[in-house]
Amino acid sequence: MAILVNKDTRVLVQGITGSAGAFHAKKCLEYGTKVVAGVTPGRGGEKFDGTVPVFNTVQDAVRETGADASVIFVPPPGAADAILEAADAGVRLVICITEGIPVIDMLKARRALEHRLGKDLFLVGPNCPGVITPGECKIGIMPGHIHQPGSVGIVSRSGTLTYEAVGQTTAVGLGQSSCVGIGGDPVNGMDFVQALELFNADPQTESIIMIGEIGGAAEEKAAEYIQKHVKKPVVGFIAGRTAPPGKRMGHAGAVISGGKGTAQDKIDALEAAGVRIAPSPAQMGETLKALLAERGMLKA
Amino acid sequence: MKIHEYQGKELFRNYGVTVPKGAVAFTPEEARLAAEQLITETGSPVVVVKSQIHAGGRGKGTVYRDGKDAGRGVKVITSGGSAAAREAAEYMLGGTLVTIQNAPKGSVVRRVYVEQGIKIARELYLGMLVDRDTRRVVVMASVEGGMDIEKVAAETPEKILKAFIDPTTGVTGHSARTLGFGLGLTKEQVSQFVALVANLYKLFIAEDAALIEVNPLIVTDAGIVMAGDAKVSFDENAEYRHKQHESWRDETEENATELEAKRADISYVALDGNIGCMVNGAGLAMSTMDIIAHCGGKPANFLDVGGGADEARVTKAFSIILQDPDVKGIFVNIFGGIVKCDLIAQGIINATKSLGLKVPVVARLEGTNVELGRKLLAESGLNITPAATMLEGAQKICELVSKAP
Repeated sequence: MAILVNKDTRVLVQGITGSAGAFHAKKCLEYGTKVVAGVTPGRGGEKFDGTVPVFNTVQDAVRETGADASVIFVPPPGAADAILEAADAGVRLVICITEGIPVIDMLKARRALEHRLGKDLFLVGPNCPGVITPGECKIGIMPGHIHQPGSVGIVSRSGTLTYEAVGQTTAVGLGQSSCVGIGGDPVNGMDFVQALELFNADPQTESIIMIGEIGGAAEEKAAEYIQKHVKKPVVGFIAGRTAPPGKRMGHAGAVISGGKGTAQDKIDALEAAGVRIAPSPAQMGETLKALLAERGMLKA
Repeated sequence: MKIHEYQGKELFRNYGVTVPKGAVAFTPEEARLAAEQLITETGSPVVVVKSQIHAGGRGKGTVYRDGKDAGRGVKVITSGGSAAAREAAEYMLGGTLVTIQNAPKGSVVRRVYVEQGIKIARELYLGMLVDRDTRRVVVMASVEGGMDIEKVAAETPEKILKAFIDPTTGVTGHSARTLGFGLGLTKEQVSQFVALVANLYKLFIAEDAALIEVNPLIVTDAGIVMAGDAKVSFDENAEYRHKQHESWRDETEENATELEAKRADISYVALDGNIGCMVNGAGLAMSTMDIIAHCGGKPANFLDVGGGADEARVTKAFSIILQDPDVKGIFVNIFGGIVKCDLIAQGIINATKSLGLKVPVVARLEGTNVELGRKLLAESGLNITPAATMLEGAQKICELVSKAP
């Protein structure tokens, strides 16, 4: 089952002829992802890597190839428009990898799509590593080889911390159902709650790791949702316990402003909702394993 | 990116937002001339000389010269005319202004703004920023002008009125009116206020602002609504389409090392510990700081080398870390996604050699081409301690640094 993507997902790559787009399109193909089309305006008719047809518009690509998911590697000035283009062309899942999109652009794009999000359209990112269902479909920039098909659903605001959680759940033998990087920008598509809803409904997902960071209130909202709806074991980790207030820590969204959005606030909210907090980012896998053992959910 | 008050007010004027008359001065003589002109133009002897630094709290802040209190950061001249304005500029320019926001170091005053004196009837607050929860620009207004607004928000949140702006409509008349009447403005003042909010919102969107604060928003004795202050900062991601903003950048107000890092596409934030960190990914970089603290050490910095890190970037990152004289050891923590471990390893080796690195380095590499990276480090013959996990790495660097002289 897994969520969002599987072996049948047909992927198109916006910005496939750029250096990042080309590099990662190739990696996705190598992983076994069905990359069926690329889009670069003005390069229609070319073939990428000798096999993947390139189109001028997403509309053409969808019509000709039946692509139902798009991954965006378009540079920041055109990235929000690329999101809208994919959505307008009827793509079901839009994953935006691009980092550094002006927040006003995302504000407008998100507003334009708001009535569709979570219904006939999922937007993941921007500024995220993408989505993977191990063994079936990798859409994004995550290193495929660290993943292993399994039972843990992982959702995270941070790319590299997702890889940590993946590496650790693979090491303890649990593997992953799907992993979703929701990205580090202040205005994005999918939030924790939306991802948790999907994991909660997915039979393959037996437990969940959620990785948050300082800034905003998305983790607090997630805690509220978990308390009400999630029976599956959840392990949490929040990055930025030692971050000073008022300083943006790399991600545009990672800043403690006006005393709000501290790691401790988020940890308190999650713990109150029954989430087990990993004491360090190196202990997410073992914390989850211990929690599963306590609940008698560890398979021999 | 932050700009000065006088730059913000120039921007306000361009967007039709009413502000007092004023001019910037870089020397006491320029300040005198500006004051003279203002006094002639307005027919009022009252002018205000305001230190221009990015930190807030200037009015209550103290200007120090040779360690002595020389006066406040803002001086109202009621008598004495342009000569008194010159004297005020004399003590401010070149002095160090320490306010509640930049204490204890303070900032050197390099320019002053000379402004006409205004007879103030009311001081209000107006702010605009992106609200993450609603994904809207929020306009905040309060009768508690001139105060620390974060304190007002924490202690008496009901005193802050909010309007959330839908980007498809912009500021609607009714939402701005609701704020205006909520502030207790008269009918005539409300219509001025509605225009001012609409113009500020236009500025916010067109200039890619991250924050606009008008504190105080003034109602004059004559019932004119105008911006008494202008605090503006811009979205760094949108700088590519605002080349003119770059000319407003005041590098003396920024941390030199952070600026150098930024130019190399490296996110760097200086902290006060002694363990330098070089990490890929913002989340991992933050949690590397956390795990060092967890192991009893103190991180010297946040550093994200970014997705496209190559040898040159890694060498640059090392040189940036080493500009901090407190650094007694470096922890490299890389989980390669886009970043390839062998390139990082080569970068570490090059940096160690070219910078003549004396402090211990612990390197934890994982991900793409990890075997190759580890092999390069092992065969380099340099003082680089490998670690298999980030916890092990953090423990090792904390131990090495605690033993350092």
